[in-house]
Amino acid sequence: MDNAISISGLHKSFGRTKALNGLDLQVATGEVHGFLGPNGAGKSTTVRVLLGLLHADSGDVRLLGGDPWKDATSLHRRLAYVPGDVNLWPNLSGGEVIDLLGRLRGGLDQRRRKELIERFDLDPKKKGRTYSKGNRQKVAIVAALASNVDVLIMDEPTSGLDPLMEATFQYAIQEEREQGRTVLLSSHILAEVEALCDRVSIIRDGRTVETGTLADMRHLTRTSIIAELAGPPNGLANSDLIHDLKVEGNKVRFDVETKALDDVLKQLSQVGVRSLTSQPPTLEELFLRHYTAETAESVAK
Amino acid sequence: MTATLERLEAPVTGPSHPFVGTWHLTRLALRRDRIVLPLWIVILSVIPSSSAGTYETIYPTVADRAGLTASIGANPSVAVLYGPAFDLSTAGGYGAWRLGGFMAVFIGLMAVFTVTRHTRAEEDTGRAELLASAVLGRYAALTSAVLVSGGASLLIGLISAGALAGAGLPTAGAFAFGLSTAFAGLVFTAIAAVAAQLAEYSRTANGIGAAAVGVAFLFRAIGDSTVDTKWISWLSPIGWAQQIRPFAVERWWVLLLPLAATVVIGAIAYILLPRRDFGVGILPPRPGPAEAVPSLRTPLALAWRLHRGPLIGWTIGLAVCGAVFGSIASGIGDIVGSSEQTRQILERMGGSDVMTDTFLAAMVGIFGMTASLYGVQAALRMRGEETANRVEPLLSTSVGRLRWATSHLVFAFLGSAVVVVVTGVAMGLANGMRTHDVSGSVGDTIVAALVQLPALWVIVGVTVALFGIAPKAVSAAWGVAGAALLIAMFGPVVNAPQAVLDVSPFSHIPKLPGQDVTATPLVWLSGIAVVTLAAGLAGWRRRDVG
Repeated sequence: MDNAISISGLHKSFGRTKALNGLDLQVATGEVHGFLGPNGAGKSTTVRVLLGLLHADSGDVRLLGGDPWKDATSLHRRLAYVPGDVNLWPNLSGGEVIDLLGRLRGGLDQRRRKELIERFDLDPKKKGRTYSKGNRQKVAIVAALASNVDVLIMDEPTSGLDPLMEATFQYAIQEEREQGRTVLLSSHILAEVEALCDRVSIIRDGRTVETGTLADMRHLTRTSIIAELAGPPNGLANSDLIHDLKVEGNKVRFDVETKALDDVLKQLSQVGVRSLTSQPPTLEELFLRHYTAETAESVAK
Repeated sequence: MTATLERLEAPVTGPSHPFVGTWHLTRLALRRDRIVLPLWIVILSVIPSSSAGTYETIYPTVADRAGLTASIGANPSVAVLYGPAFDLSTAGGYGAWRLGGFMAVFIGLMAVFTVTRHTRAEEDTGRAELLASAVLGRYAALTSAVLVSGGASLLIGLISAGALAGAGLPTAGAFAFGLSTAFAGLVFTAIAAVAAQLAEYSRTANGIGAAAVGVAFLFRAIGDSTVDTKWISWLSPIGWAQQIRPFAVERWWVLLLPLAATVVIGAIAYILLPRRDFGVGILPPRPGPAEAVPSLRTPLALAWRLHRGPLIGWTIGLAVCGAVFGSIASGIGDIVGSSEQTRQILERMGGSDVMTDTFLAAMVGIFGMTASLYGVQAALRMRGEETANRVEPLLSTSVGRLRWATSHLVFAFLGSAVVVVVTGVAMGLANGMRTHDVSGSVGDTIVAALVQLPALWVIVGVTVALFGIAPKAVSAAWGVAGAALLIAMFGPVVNAPQAVLDVSPFSHIPKLPGQDVTATPLVWLSGIAVVTLAAGLAGWRRRDVG
């Protein structure tokens, strides 16, 4: 089985609202896969279908080679789930919830539990409602990471965590990747996905709009260049692969499509380069480009 | 520029006293309660006047009426339920005696639920926090809840007084009756306001408030059925409502007692409020263990943690009532028999010619119906867990849907059985100690309690069916339970047609002790319970979670 998760043509409606509209998602075994989309894109619905909590209207969904609806309980022994909005039982302490969830999944690594509680700076003695949102989230994260499972499914797991704890979380996920675990990380925080994920699927309005490695996607995009030249630049404005060109004396600033990068650099070095800064596009830009373009299109219609 | 400045300064010049915003919150509360509050008001204010006519039908002659106060009224076994009889020779006096105590109980429950809904429950959900960040005084939320609950109480009192006077009863008595009900509502409003400060969760606040209503009823019942400890009735707001003596030479000064209690208890709530932090109670949250005990490894173990508090509370509460009523059961036969009509009513409610058995059978029936409310509450916990997003983490482990549902349904079905059987045993023990036949009496009441189960389980089964098939309408389970209770309790008293009586599963239960056990209705009811349960579970297995 190459793919831990394989979804194709998934549809799901709630009454008249179409939540998923032919979604595709392939997550290879052992990879950390980013699942990106704006609020309401259908990320949580997809995750719930994967967990067998929602019944798909149509489409093919396979999880670890099984049917998430029919084989729910046997599949669930091999996965751990972190919801985006963790609610705890008011009369149970955080430590009790971690143990309970771990045991129900089929085992907890006690050493890992202790280590994670320390690293996440979690007080396991507090009762459900006395935790802040971030701390409730930590309880679910520790319970998931301390379980012996093959697949981690996380639905915006870091919502409510402070930046320090986010770094701790990223470090922990790196460790999981080294262990060979498959991680599906749904998020709208691009920096997180950028730091952690091997491949990314971007969804919008219940449909996958783009999927691939970050390198693949960068290929489709532009690089920002700021350069100080020995003399006045010439001929840059003529290329239609160069965008947003700004010239101030000998200083130039522009975006270039990746396939023209080589040519443009040659052109610059003919003039003589004093200093050069180049920046790969951040996921933020990829994201913005995608959605602003689509929104503009739909507005135009 | 000036416009901007003015806008910035505006809030500073506005009022900033600790009650600011009360009016807005009151309107919000009224808007949210636009269905439930009018229902309470209409039902509670219509009952007294609508039953006023039955007196003439039951006791048509002056001779019938003259003996009532001395006979029924003097019987401590009757007084335990209805309170002391002051003057049963008029329709007003009789109605006030029959209904005064129950009106106080129900208006008390209304006050408790209303106050909790607009104070502690709002803090539970976090909605209050959103509001508190706006321009809102510290006391605004509590004050608006008190205003809504107190206002509803006064409205119920005034409407029922007007309706009674309109039905031709003396105006003074009508207003004494209306005010006695209304003021009981005020006292329980104040008690609920204190409970909202003490408790950490709305569930606990409602529990404290309802327990206060129960204790008030118990105090009144004990005081009214004994000779040497009559003063205990005077500790109870429900007792005060009766001691005002509507239609029996009214004692207006007694109204001062609930008023004073309202002010004093209400002041305690206002003193406590600033002494606690937002979102937590006065009773501090205790830290729990860092690790779970080894036994907390199954859904059932988790369900036990969630259900044990309510289960123990309901069992103890009903068992105490069972013991109280069991201890007075042996005295019931002597005097009830002196009015043929009342005897007939009691018989229709309970059956059998032996009055003690009739009384015990009627009480076990009431306990069975009450225990069904626990069953509904326990079954609805499933939906509560679902809407609070606490099911998903569990169902994403190796726990299947059926296993999870079963862990809760054990408490809904077997838990309610525990409640009703323990109550039956307590009643049998107390009665047996009076009659010096403990084993015989306990044996009778255990069987009487057990035959309640099929009817009780039908109600729980319907709740499960709603949960599985129509989860959004699951609150209708309370309506089903309420209708079944009202039909079985009051249907026979008002001579309702058999077709209506048959709707309630409790109408089909043999009246034990006294009658013979017939298997047919019990088998049918059990069958319905099984079918509804199966339908609900099948729906739950197929439907979406959330």
